[in-house]
Amino acid sequence: MPATEPDVLDGNAIGGMLLEVFGAEMTTATGRCGSCGTASVVAEFAVYLRAPGTVVRCPACTAILMVFVRSQGRTCVDLTGLAEFG
Amino acid sequence: MSPISRGFHRRHEPDADPSRVPPGQYVTADFPVLSAGPTPRTALKDWSFSITGAATPKTWTWDEFQALPSEKVTTDIHCVTRWSKLDTTWQGVTLDTLLGHVDHTGTFLLAHCDGGYTTNLPIADVLGGQAWVAYNYAGSPLAAEHGGPARLLVPHLYFWKSAKWVRRLELLDHDVPGFWESYGYNNYGDPWKEQRYAGD
Repeated sequence: MPATEPDVLDGNAIGGMLLEVFGAEMTTATGRCGSCGTASVVAEFAVYLRAPGTVVRCPACTAILMVFVRSQGRTCVDLTGLAEFG
Repeated sequence: MSPISRGFHRRHEPDADPSRVPPGQYVTADFPVLSAGPTPRTALKDWSFSITGAATPKTWTWDEFQALPSEKVTTDIHCVTRWSKLDTTWQGVTLDTLLGHVDHTGTFLLAHCDGGYTTNLPIADVLGGQAWVAYNYAGSPLAAEHGGPARLLVPHLYFWKSAKWVRRLELLDHDVPGFWESYGYNNYGDPWKEQRYAGD
C-alpha cells in the first residue's frame, strides 16, 4: 500500500500545483476513483513526485487518478482516472 | 550557523569525464530511486518473463531465465531528471538472446511491467548488444526499488526506457507510445540529443 512506501506523499504535496492549474485551493476537494469508486479528499491522495512527472494514485486501490507533466513551460494534466472531481 | 544546509546540495562528482556526460546532466555517485507508484514485490516463484505480439509467444520461469546465457555489463546511465551515473555494473540477458528464441516480424516493442508501467522502443534499438533484461546490479540481486527482480537496461536512451519490473515484451509492427511518452516525453529519448520532451 502507498502508506508503506518511502517516497509516497499525501495530496497536500500537490496543493500548489492544483492551485496553479485550477486557480483555486483544491486540497479539500473530493475525487472519486474511476477504478474502485472510492471517494477521497485530495489531501488523502497518494502522490509520487520522484518521477519524470507527478503521479497521483487512489489511496484505496492505487489506481492512477491524475498525472502532471511539466514540459517546455506547460503543464500537461490528465484527470481521466477520476470519475468525479470537485 | 549557515542559513543554507549543505544537505540540499546535489552530490556532484567533480572528476567525471565531461565527454561521458550528455548535455544538461550532472553526475551523481548515488543511485536515485524514481517511482510513479508502489514498488511491486513479485516472489521469484511467481515471476515469469514473456514475449508476445508479432511473435511465437515464449515464456520463461525465473529458473529458466537464470539458465539463459548472461552478460556482465559496465555502462553509464542517464535519467531524464538530469542525473547520470557512470560505470554502473549489471548482469542480464541480452535482448538478442531473448528475441532469438522467437520467430517474429516486429519492428517495435512495448515493454509491460508489474504495476502497469509501459515504455516503447524500436526493435533496432534493442538488438546488437544494446539492451538487456538485467537481474543483478553491482554484483547483487537487483533490489525491488531499482526494478528487481528484473528490469530492462537500454543505456543509450534516457533511463525511463529501462523499465523497472519488466515482465513482458509485446512485439508490434507499429509504434505505440508508452506511459511517459503518452504524457509528452520524447518518443525516442536520446540523451546525447537531449530528447527529453516531444519535439526535442
